[in-house]
Amino acid sequence: MVAQGKIVWISGPAVKADGMADAKMYETVSVGESKLIGEVIRLTGDVAFIQVYESTSGLKPGEPVVGTGNPLSVFLGPGIIGQIYDGIQRPLKDLAAKSGSFIGRGITTTPVDMTKEYHFSPTVAVGDEVEAGNIIGIVPESSLIEHKILVPPDHKGGKITKIVSEGDYNLDVEIATVEKDGESSPLMMWHKWPVRQPRPYLKRYDPTVPLLTGQRVIDTFFPLAKGGTGSIPGAFGTGKTVTLHQIAKWADSQVVVYIGCGERGNEMTEVLVEFPELKDPRTGKPLMDRTVLVANTSNMPVAAREASIYTGVTIAEYYRDMGYDVVLVADSTSRWAEALREMSGRLEEMPAEEGYPSYLASRLAEFYERAGRVQAKGSPERDGSVSLVGAVSPSGGDFTEPVTTHTMRFIKTFWALDASLAYSRHYPSINWMNSYSGYLADIAKWWSENISKDWLDIRSQTYGILQREDTLKEIVKLLGPEALPDEEKLILEVARMVKIGILQQNSFDDVDTYCSPEKQFKLMKLQVDFYNKGQQALKDGASLADIRSMNVISLLLKARMDVKDDEMDKLDKIGNDMEEQFKSVTGVKVQN
Amino acid sequence: MSNQGGVQYSKIAEIKGPLVIVDGVDNAAFDELVEIETTEGEKRLGKVLEVGNGKAVVQVFEGTTGLSVSGTNAKFVGKVMEMPVSEQVLGRVFDGLGRAKDGLPEPVADSFLDINGAPMNPEQREYPKDFIQTGVSVIDGMLTLVRGQKLPIFSGSGMSHNILAAQIARQAAIIGTDDSFAVVFAAIGVQYSEAEYFKRSLEESGALKRSVLFLNLADDPAIERIITPRVALTVAEYLAYDLGMHVLVILTDMTNYAEALREISAAREEVPGRKGYPGYLYTDLSTIYERAGRLKGKKGSVTQVPILTMPSDDITHPIPDLTGYITEGQLVLGRDLFRQGVYPPINILMSLSRIMKDGIGEGSTRADHQEISNQNYDAYSRAQEVRALAGIVGKAGLTPVDLNYMNFGDEFEKKFLSQAIDEDRTIEETLGLQWNCVSKLPKNELTKVKDKYVEQYYKE
Repeated sequence: MVAQGKIVWISGPAVKADGMADAKMYETVSVGESKLIGEVIRLTGDVAFIQVYESTSGLKPGEPVVGTGNPLSVFLGPGIIGQIYDGIQRPLKDLAAKSGSFIGRGITTTPVDMTKEYHFSPTVAVGDEVEAGNIIGIVPESSLIEHKILVPPDHKGGKITKIVSEGDYNLDVEIATVEKDGESSPLMMWHKWPVRQPRPYLKRYDPTVPLLTGQRVIDTFFPLAKGGTGSIPGAFGTGKTVTLHQIAKWADSQVVVYIGCGERGNEMTEVLVEFPELKDPRTGKPLMDRTVLVANTSNMPVAAREASIYTGVTIAEYYRDMGYDVVLVADSTSRWAEALREMSGRLEEMPAEEGYPSYLASRLAEFYERAGRVQAKGSPERDGSVSLVGAVSPSGGDFTEPVTTHTMRFIKTFWALDASLAYSRHYPSINWMNSYSGYLADIAKWWSENISKDWLDIRSQTYGILQREDTLKEIVKLLGPEALPDEEKLILEVARMVKIGILQQNSFDDVDTYCSPEKQFKLMKLQVDFYNKGQQALKDGASLADIRSMNVISLLLKARMDVKDDEMDKLDKIGNDMEEQFKSVTGVKVQN
Repeated sequence: MSNQGGVQYSKIAEIKGPLVIVDGVDNAAFDELVEIETTEGEKRLGKVLEVGNGKAVVQVFEGTTGLSVSGTNAKFVGKVMEMPVSEQVLGRVFDGLGRAKDGLPEPVADSFLDINGAPMNPEQREYPKDFIQTGVSVIDGMLTLVRGQKLPIFSGSGMSHNILAAQIARQAAIIGTDDSFAVVFAAIGVQYSEAEYFKRSLEESGALKRSVLFLNLADDPAIERIITPRVALTVAEYLAYDLGMHVLVILTDMTNYAEALREISAAREEVPGRKGYPGYLYTDLSTIYERAGRLKGKKGSVTQVPILTMPSDDITHPIPDLTGYITEGQLVLGRDLFRQGVYPPINILMSLSRIMKDGIGEGSTRADHQEISNQNYDAYSRAQEVRALAGIVGKAGLTPVDLNYMNFGDEFEKKFLSQAIDEDRTIEETLGLQWNCVSKLPKNELTKVKDKYVEQYYKE
């Protein structure tokens, strides 16, 4: 029985309705004459407290509220890839078709085109036993994604009594029938899943495979693992969004879900313009063919912003269940937290820090726990992962504010963006002293097996130079650089080179925007060699001035832009030049 | 509720700060426009903030001073607040609620538009990429303004933000023969003299007839400030998307706007966020700033230059902070530069134009634009470090390269950054000045520019 009530009170996105005794918590409801979409978030007696996903301007007390009987769910089936959705999975293209350049209200759409035909190839036959999570067929969805049709995870399974033969079908077609205990149920190419409920899996693995992003400071210094969690907090102007775009572009996952949660409209447009033109460096196919966008920009209704995170992560889990590695990028979780705060305020709940609700931490924990590398339910056996990267926009750039501090408790990789680095145009402005990664030890094995067994050692030597520089900088601030002995001046010099040649990366440079793991390692190795040879040369009597004026330095600094990924021999040549030049600086001195 | 001449009037139950609580309401809508009529027959406007259980909370734009519980009536108008628009608004002056203020009759309206607008569908946006030449070197060269961008000026009290905004409006308006350019200026709680300066400045350049002014001055009702930017942007959107004009919107001062919002929030006894500002300040500001942009299939554009004064020059204060998270960059004025008499006193290190990269380069400005700008940033940041160091160890403790950076810093501030308030530099002049600056450095310090550009433009 569906609830049918009447509005009694309205304040912004919050609406109270009475006569709602039959409503369930988190049920979606239709609000008012214009049938706005809302969700029940509190029940007191027969009064339901509803958050409305559209503007409530013009709504009046007395208008009807009708329940749908279903919790807020997403549609999961072919056609999702390449879409741009709002926070409750309405395609923005369809909204534009119905209401023009500006978003109207009370518009209902289907998340994908139900009439489009997909080429379905069954992988099971009549008589086969299937259970929840099994793959029953395959549909090519985009040039990069083969869509696996799954038995829904909450299905009780049974014997296939009917399945369509290979061919083109639209989404309204019943493709198979399953019978269990004399009861038959239809299977479609799609199913729905409630967004606030994590999708089940069989078992969870430790994250041991790095998620390669082609960004040196991330992959080499503060790596993320497939199935891991990372957070990127930073004041405005520190380059959060550019870094997230870089991850979404170059991460070596098969599917990317990008959530623009309460952020700028033009940024979503940028993704929409850029991604179809960019090619995946591994497959050469357009990046849009693996991307799903969820866009609920800052001026779109605040309640839908709260939902957008869940919509995105549920889609990510669905592709994980097909056996894909998925990266979900959420920009920004702070705006999502603010949406929570706004609704909490309207509910007149007792606030915790800075007005945020006391359940902020548990909501964040629930969200980040939906990451993981897992074995999916059902057969054939397959592994997939969801990696979660959340931006945080701390107010005033202050990392002690509630969203940042709570997020830090639930993530393992922390990329701290630094305003002073951004001010000096050091991008990405990830501060190498304040950032950390909890996956370093887990993924070192991968680097040693696939790139070089020296990787961990070279990485710690490089990081060591940066750490030494950090302490020396304090002395320099007080006494000036001339007060240091030459060995220490060389540390400063090499640290500067590491910063310019490795840590900095120009996202807008055609070559530098993506850096292969081999190149990352070789660049780092060259710098470490330079340092070691430099220290030796000083011991052998070379002067620091001679070392500083070696022209190989500028080659090293520009190598990130000058050397393409398939020109590794150029780096070897720089190595040889370096050897020669060191010989000559020490040689000159020895003769004296 | 009483019925007079077919219109329903309700009695006021309570008056609290800028709010009145109306009793016996059975047919009011959320956000609906309300007319408040006093016993003396004076009419004020307001809107419904909350409605239910027979009561409506109404925010009165002109303030509640002089209102009494008895004798005051509220009339629910049956629609949200709308702004009458037509081409005739050009060259006119309105008050903060959009009523004619220049002594002329109200312009004839072609249509009436909801002042709250509606969110632009991100899928329908056209990505901004058309360079606007402002003639101000530091902006054109390093913080490029692009059509459809929102680029605020973060200032402090007493600094030259209004002079700069007026210069941008004048010089951007007269570029080429682009006669479809318009300026919408919204004064939000600013002093009479500042609004007058702006008006005169437009007048002298001949741009006034292509401008629309909305004036809520410092002595006008504070709550009206909630409406002023919205009516201004409604007109701007109309000019841009219905009439195909390129509209530059200047909103000054957004700090006064946020304070008005805080006043209402406090009166409603809401749980405050930081510094007493409501938790929804970010969302609320976004409904203003996000109204900049371009749309697919439409000729015009809305470019915003909001101005705000940072309380105690503090960029981490909630108003500049939340603004910076929404806008596409920021121009930050520096107190030090201002004291030294540098105009415009833009602190480039703290400033940023996010979509500059798409508006410049080959085919728009010049191929080396991005790189020479990066090099100047890098060098200026080094110069500042060297200056700080020189303050401690003295010039004697500096290396020769450090001294080069000191020279660069001086050249940059005196020749490139500084310019006269009526000086309109072309982009070629600006780029030339940038190369002059970096030419104070040895060639091998130029790590951000390709060698071919160094060969072409570096001045020995």
